[in-house]
Amino acid sequence: MEEFLQHIINGLNLGAGYALIALGYTMVYGILQMINFAHSEVYMIGAFSAFYGSRFFNLTEHPGWGSFFAALALAIVACSSLGLLIERFAYRPLRNSPKTNALITAIGVSLFLQFSGQVVFGADPKLFPSVLEDYALWTYGNVQLRLFDVTILSVACVAMLLLNFFIQRTRVGTAMRAVSFSFRSATLMGINVNTIIMVTFIVGSALAGVGSVLLGLKYSKIDPLMGTLIGLKAFVAAVLGGIGNLPGAVVGGLLMGLSEEMVVAYLSSTYRDALAFGLLIFILLVKPSGLFGQSKVEKV
Amino acid sequence: MGAWRGWILVVLVALSIATLSSFVLNAYMQQILFYIAINVMLACSLNLVMGFCGQFSLGQAGFMAVGAYVSALLSLNWSLFPEPFHYFNFPLYAIAGGLCAGVAGFLVGMPSLRLRGDYLAIVTLGFGEIIRVILLNLEVVGGARGLYGIPGTQDFGMCFHAFFWAGATVLLLWRLVHSSFGRAFLSVREDEIASECMGINTTRTKVSAFVISAFFAGAAGSIFAYTTNSLNPASFQFVKSVDVVIMVVLGGMGSISGSVVGAVLVTILPEALRPLQEYTGVDLRMVIYSLTLILLMIWRPSGLFGMKEWTQFRRPRRAA
Repeated sequence: MEEFLQHIINGLNLGAGYALIALGYTMVYGILQMINFAHSEVYMIGAFSAFYGSRFFNLTEHPGWGSFFAALALAIVACSSLGLLIERFAYRPLRNSPKTNALITAIGVSLFLQFSGQVVFGADPKLFPSVLEDYALWTYGNVQLRLFDVTILSVACVAMLLLNFFIQRTRVGTAMRAVSFSFRSATLMGINVNTIIMVTFIVGSALAGVGSVLLGLKYSKIDPLMGTLIGLKAFVAAVLGGIGNLPGAVVGGLLMGLSEEMVVAYLSSTYRDALAFGLLIFILLVKPSGLFGQSKVEKV
Repeated sequence: MGAWRGWILVVLVALSIATLSSFVLNAYMQQILFYIAINVMLACSLNLVMGFCGQFSLGQAGFMAVGAYVSALLSLNWSLFPEPFHYFNFPLYAIAGGLCAGVAGFLVGMPSLRLRGDYLAIVTLGFGEIIRVILLNLEVVGGARGLYGIPGTQDFGMCFHAFFWAGATVLLLWRLVHSSFGRAFLSVREDEIASECMGINTTRTKVSAFVISAFFAGAAGSIFAYTTNSLNPASFQFVKSVDVVIMVVLGGMGSISGSVVGAVLVTILPEALRPLQEYTGVDLRMVIYSLTLILLMIWRPSGLFGMKEWTQFRRPRRAA
């Protein structure tokens, strides 16, 4: 029972990370109907910018909340600008071309960032800087609730609440919802669609940046290829919750994290990666629209 | 072109390349030639799915892995023809590997081809990864250590075998997409709803394209197994599938001769870029690959050949 409780805590942490990344996938999909394969690399760049930034500003010498938020800010800025660049230079020229072309470009951007990352950062794994000191806040038998666990969950919660406020209450958020509802009518209502798409990429990438620092704290190993698997799992989480649906992405992320933790704990760790794909194929067969998505009927 | 003329051409090309390879070229060049044959098969078979049928698949490496491991296991455990006739084993086992890959293609295609575009890409990607994870965990095939000591040679017979398969793939796919059965693929690519109205069973068409493509990918895997003599799950990673996608896109989706050219280029380019790698000290090849892919999509999405075949590039004669 104690072991189970500990796995729940770990699974929720992992799931919060997945949820943050899944939000980026689902937002872009909701607006452009396209899988942004490069999103996982945005996540990777976030972790590396926190790594090099904290080295540059000597953040590890004074671990604490100040350093933590500085690293977080660095990752957010780096990720948002990268997301902006990707949208501007890779996706916008292809806005009106067939979907397959956009998909191939997305894969190309993803590979380009991965391999440039290997050239620039080196292929060897690095240790995420300890910008915050970890200690057990609360112990019950063998169950430990550590500072990192609380930090990850609360920062993720704050980020999601901010996102919710942004989407539901601000003018730009309203415009985003309008664009995702109907591209053409939004244009007719005087919304600058290109700006809105740019904002979507910036916000989604910023969330990936938050996720990269949080997961970096907990799992500490970073390398240029780390984005691929986490990105795919986050994507599966987005599909699980119904792609295009924001609360769905959060629920999907948490479910994904919990189930992965349970598979590792009670079955075998070698199957942790197969789980995501198995789950994906299962959802697509049984309910392709996901848990909260609405199924669309194709009209001629 | 009559059927028999095509086959004679394939045999002649395979014979001449095999002669060239075993009497003129060194081992390094021979290895590249084998890779060209394998990549031509992979690219042409993927083009059937991607270019002619309009479905996006990222699982070609997975099908190749199935074919490679099946034929490797077969030849490690049985030898149907004893020593002087052992060349007859290779085509048999290649067909067996291809058939198993075809079955895998059916199992993947049947449920997932109801999906569209992006989802299909992700499912096929997932399938490729699942195959790799299973191979990593199966003790029969050596797990992460891989399979060693697969019987196979790199001599004249093997080279003929490889290029005969490559030529046969090109010829069969060419004849397929120019048949009335093959036109169904094109109509599914152009408009699924319209072709359904014309009485084409779209799901069946897509699944058959998938299975045929998987068969040839499996056969390519079998040739890969016999020329490298050892197999490792790491050879069949996602990047391998992307390589094949690059070949198809570079050559032009919907052009078989384009795929052949794309496959040859993408196989030779990394070797030609080797001096650059020695000069800079880092492996820039994949960076260049991926950048090429992005720029191609932005500036010339139709690739080198577009949807044309090489026969269509002759200038039409004008009536005077």
